Amino acid sequence: MTILLDERNKVVVQGITGHQGQFHTGAMLEFGTNVVAGVTPGKAGQTVHGVEVFESMKDAARDTGADTSILFVPARFVKSATREAIDSGMQLIVIISEHVPVHDSIEIIQMAKAHGIRIVGPNCPGIGSPGKAKLGIMPNHIFKEGKVGLVSRSGTLTYEVVNALTESGIGQSTCVGIGGDPIVGTSFIDVLDLFQNDPDTSAIVLIGEIGGTAEEEAADFIMENVTKPVCTYVAGLTAPPGKRMGHAGAIISRGRGTAESKVRALKEAGVKVAAVPHEIPNLVWEVLNDA
Amino acid sequence: MKLLEYQAKELFKEYGIPVPRGYLVVDPNDVDDRIGDSVIKAQVLIGGRGKAGGIRFAKDRESAREEAGNVLEMYISGFKVRSVLIEERLRIAREIYISIAIDRSKGLPLLLASREGGLEIESVRDDLIGRWHLTPGAEVNNIIDGIASFLALEEEKEQVAKLVASLWRLFWEKDCELVEINPLVVGDDGDIVASDAKMIINDDALFRHPELPVEEEDLTPLERKARERGIAFVQLDGGIGVIANGAGLTMSTLDTLSLYGGKGGVFLDLGGTDDVGQVVEAFRLMVEASPKVILVNIFGGITKCDTVAKGIVQAKEELRIESPMVARIKGVNEAEARKILEEKGIFALQDLDKACRKASELEASR
Repeated sequence: MTILLDERNKVVVQGITGHQGQFHTGAMLEFGTNVVAGVTPGKAGQTVHGVEVFESMKDAARDTGADTSILFVPARFVKSATREAIDSGMQLIVIISEHVPVHDSIEIIQMAKAHGIRIVGPNCPGIGSPGKAKLGIMPNHIFKEGKVGLVSRSGTLTYEVVNALTESGIGQSTCVGIGGDPIVGTSFIDVLDLFQNDPDTSAIVLIGEIGGTAEEEAADFIMENVTKPVCTYVAGLTAPPGKRMGHAGAIISRGRGTAESKVRALKEAGVKVAAVPHEIPNLVWEVLNDA
Repeated sequence: MKLLEYQAKELFKEYGIPVPRGYLVVDPNDVDDRIGDSVIKAQVLIGGRGKAGGIRFAKDRESAREEAGNVLEMYISGFKVRSVLIEERLRIAREIYISIAIDRSKGLPLLLASREGGLEIESVRDDLIGRWHLTPGAEVNNIIDGIASFLALEEEKEQVAKLVASLWRLFWEKDCELVEINPLVVGDDGDIVASDAKMIINDDALFRHPELPVEEEDLTPLERKARERGIAFVQLDGGIGVIANGAGLTMSTLDTLSLYGGKGGVFLDLGGTDDVGQVVEAFRLMVEASPKVILVNIFGGITKCDTVAKGIVQAKEELRIESPMVARIKGVNEAEARKILEEKGIFALQDLDKACRKASELEASR
């Protein structure tokens, strides 16, 4: 079993005729994703890698029974495109686009919550369930089917760690890149909860980075709710303190948010912590052998 | 984008938030006598200007002109003071704090208020700070009683209601990440006035705010070039110039370098580009920074490896790159990338750990 995504999801690609939309539609099809439609206003009737392009999400959903969408649209159109996806009955929406205005993210995530719809992203690499389906931009060849669930706040660093796991013979159940923006639709906690309840995930890898308090909140959640072994790497241990921390931002976190505080919180929750990404596979082998 | 105090106060005025009477000067000779008892405030984007002597008081035009001249010659934490705001001196009964920021955990705007104003809010005790989450599109009438009573401003409740509604409208309409008034002054006449103003606008929303001023942030020439070209640029103190894609991967590169005693110098994040020209621009900036070693670390997704390889080849042909280079390239189209590079005699590593070790050794040997 996998979480969030498998071969049954019927996927619409929003922004399918753009450079990235076209390329990654091809890659997703190769991976085995059930891409049933694309949407680009003004381009209805075209096909991309054999996938039919529709004028609107309504048309695509009606004709194909799609239930999932992935967005490759420019940042300024993400809000309206997501609203369209919600109104057309999508249950899972993955937003790849970066530079989405933060107020737009707040609005669409609130809207999705009110409808019980899951958003992953924005500014994320997407979801990969090896052997089943991929909804995103991660390279296809880094994955391997297996029992380790991975969740990450970073983009390219996710590929780095998935690749390192695969090269050392460790396969994955599902890999979820939740996105690096301050406001994202799906949190570490949401994904940890799904992995904890997935019978085919036996260990979890969590990739964090400095800033915010998502890792500390994940640590609290792990302490209370996660019985499966968790390994982690937090990027930025050696990075100088950032300049972007506003005063009121700092007050929300109350001194939490440094790499040290994240590593401490995670260690206290019984999580194995790697100093660099390439230590992760060894830590995972250890916990798998102990289990 | 941060706004300077006077820029934020212009917007405050537009939104009906009371601010002290004042005017901006860039030349001390422009100080006139429209304000007698005055405060002269350095306009810089960095905190702590009071402690650094960037806030002065004057009784008359003569002393105001002198103090303005002094402040205009200052550098505060390395930032040149280019303008000063001259304001009427307020008669202060109380100083309080109010702000709206974004609470990442809840995914909602959060209003913070405290009776302890004028201090750095980080130093205020948790239980002295009131918190109210705000919902986009919703009115704020229902929280006014709570805020007024928390701040002990029941008698000034009408002013509080107007202030909070204006602040919320400003925050939302101008795509703010932060609007902060610290201190918010209650005058001895009972009038509430924003004595200071801090605003941060979400960079990703600037395209829909042509009415906002252009950022006046002090940047080095290299930083300015990088920003104009959409490349994230960070200056650190080591000798290894890193070109990578993505913040997480870049930070993990620094972490891995430190394992081998290597130190990151200039670091350029290509972000999610897939444009050969952008890669060449990154190299152009890197060459100007003249690092001891250049380390390229790419894990392609949106940024395809062959795009980066073409950029490296083009940069080698167009630029005089004197520093030795270590390239590590993985991900989408990596085989094509390796072929392009090998044809030009450039050998790319696949392993981050090995690449970091090699770059660190080269740094140590130079």
